[in-house]
Amino acid sequence: MNFTFVLSQSITQALGVTAIIYCLAAMGLNLQFGYTGLLNFGQVAFAAIGAYSVGVIVISFGASLWAAIPIGLLASVALALVLGIPTLRLRADYLAIVTIATSEIIRLLVRSIALRDTFGGANGINGKMGQAFHDLNPFHADIDLPFLTWTRQDLWVVTVGWSLIAIFTLAIWLLVRSPWGRVVKGIREDENAVVSLGKNAYVYKMQALILGGLLGTVGGIVWAIAKQSVQPDNFVPDVTFFSYTILLLGGAARVFGPIVGAIIFWFLLVFVGEFLNQMIDAGWITFLLPTDVGPIRFILVGLGLMGLMIFRPQGIFGDKRELALNAR
Amino acid sequence: MPANGQRALEAQAALSGVPRIPGAPKPDPILVASSIVRRFGGLSAVDVEHVEIQRGSITALIGPNGAGKTTLFNLLTGFDAPDEGTWSFNGKSMGRLSPYRVARLGMVRTFQLTKALNRLRVIDNMLLGAKGQRGERLWASLLPFLWRGQETKNTVRADVLLKRFSLDAKRGDFAGSLSGGQRKLLEMARALMSEPELIMLDEPMAGVNPALTQSLLQHIKMIREEGSTVLFVEHDMDMVHDISDWVIVMAQGQIIAEGPPGDVMKNPEVIDAYLGSRHEKALTESGESLTTGDAK
Repeated sequence: MNFTFVLSQSITQALGVTAIIYCLAAMGLNLQFGYTGLLNFGQVAFAAIGAYSVGVIVISFGASLWAAIPIGLLASVALALVLGIPTLRLRADYLAIVTIATSEIIRLLVRSIALRDTFGGANGINGKMGQAFHDLNPFHADIDLPFLTWTRQDLWVVTVGWSLIAIFTLAIWLLVRSPWGRVVKGIREDENAVVSLGKNAYVYKMQALILGGLLGTVGGIVWAIAKQSVQPDNFVPDVTFFSYTILLLGGAARVFGPIVGAIIFWFLLVFVGEFLNQMIDAGWITFLLPTDVGPIRFILVGLGLMGLMIFRPQGIFGDKRELALNAR
Repeated sequence: MPANGQRALEAQAALSGVPRIPGAPKPDPILVASSIVRRFGGLSAVDVEHVEIQRGSITALIGPNGAGKTTLFNLLTGFDAPDEGTWSFNGKSMGRLSPYRVARLGMVRTFQLTKALNRLRVIDNMLLGAKGQRGERLWASLLPFLWRGQETKNTVRADVLLKRFSLDAKRGDFAGSLSGGQRKLLEMARALMSEPELIMLDEPMAGVNPALTQSLLQHIKMIREEGSTVLFVEHDMDMVHDISDWVIVMAQGQIIAEGPPGDVMKNPEVIDAYLGSRHEKALTESGESLTTGDAK
């Protein structure tokens, strides 16, 4: 059994492209749910908008990637407005219902046979949609350290991805420490109290929804550029729920929560999977087939997360005292 | 503490010539409302023909449970919309104005069920009350040098208020860790941060222990001495008698009497309304909370 391989795979994935995408989605949810109290259960829709903007505009329409990115971001703002205008005046649960439904509508729409010429149906869009980005790659060789192995392309995506996360984290840190952050946290606690002090809560909620959605869209754009392929079944509601898991794991309403949450979540998931695979290969486990590993790793990681929620419900960075206040 | 200062005497003098009838015109009204009707299904929760609130006075709005006091508050502050009626604040017509705009104009309210922002620190609760903050705009919030100076000034003002309300020791605590009475104080102090012209207190004494009641009364009198107008809802007759310059009595959605506290308490209609309600207090209490619009 090759333990070094297991560890190397886990660390590579924990810092890799997938972790970056989920981290961005969770950062968006942190702004929406952690700070403002908005229940967005359709974060995957914002990611899909980003990924499909790149795929459709670059591959289906043959335009430039540098045109696709701003169009994707604009489409994301438009989606947030469409979701927010009817629901943000209502109670929080309405947004949750509308967002989860919308995320499925978008997935089924891009999957539909009628629109196959544009969105590629169930096969999605495949092709060198990220080429313009990869042409700028300053790295000349793959990286192959004992615990870290990336191709030249992945290394470039990962470098830019974590740099973006650093910039966005700094921006969120500034936002939530400002009077603006105080207003949105106030809305999370009691919207009417904030309104009674002369703040237009509706506008603040809309701003949080748009900003959080944009972060999810950036995640989707990274997805399309890194994987050079977008498929509708990548954008199932599970993505949203994994992002929430990451957020709660790291600690909601904590600036570094999504980063630490994403790294730990992907490390655990890959580690458990690879570890089981190696044990089966080595003949130490005989009652499992290699095909069982996929579901079982989710069961084990799920049990671990349940343990976390029982013994440390505030997440890794959270303040238990603060969480207890909410129970009153 | 100035129990009855200059402003109290002024307010009482101004109100001395006002007729003791429902809907009486006041010499210098800050708030004027006419024909306000709010129906919930077949029930007219509020049906107020005319009411005026004298500037610089402490006016009490009393009445048995379910009389429509909180509903009237919700209507006047934009938290609920009336089926009919017009009202003006400082001469400006207020119909259909969103509640945050009402607050910006200087008419700030508190709530019957205290709304302390639990997971915000006491000082942040206070700072939230300050008006016209540059740092509350999204883009400006990323550039602290634009708002730091204003924030410092607001913090100084907040600390003065916290000291006055004896909450300075709790400055850095989460508001959720305060006692019920302290939360009432915090909510009142937070409303004062916005320097309101008219502050509307919905049952400021509910759930406050008697020891704290006296200091709360003093704080309300202080608000008047500083030139603001106070309108408050209360059940406790003794407290109303102690601090108010003028009393408006509501029953079944209508204003049934008005006058200085001494006169109103002797009014047989008021006594009827109150004594009649005593037996059903427990029943109507839950009924009233339904009409306040507090979905939570």
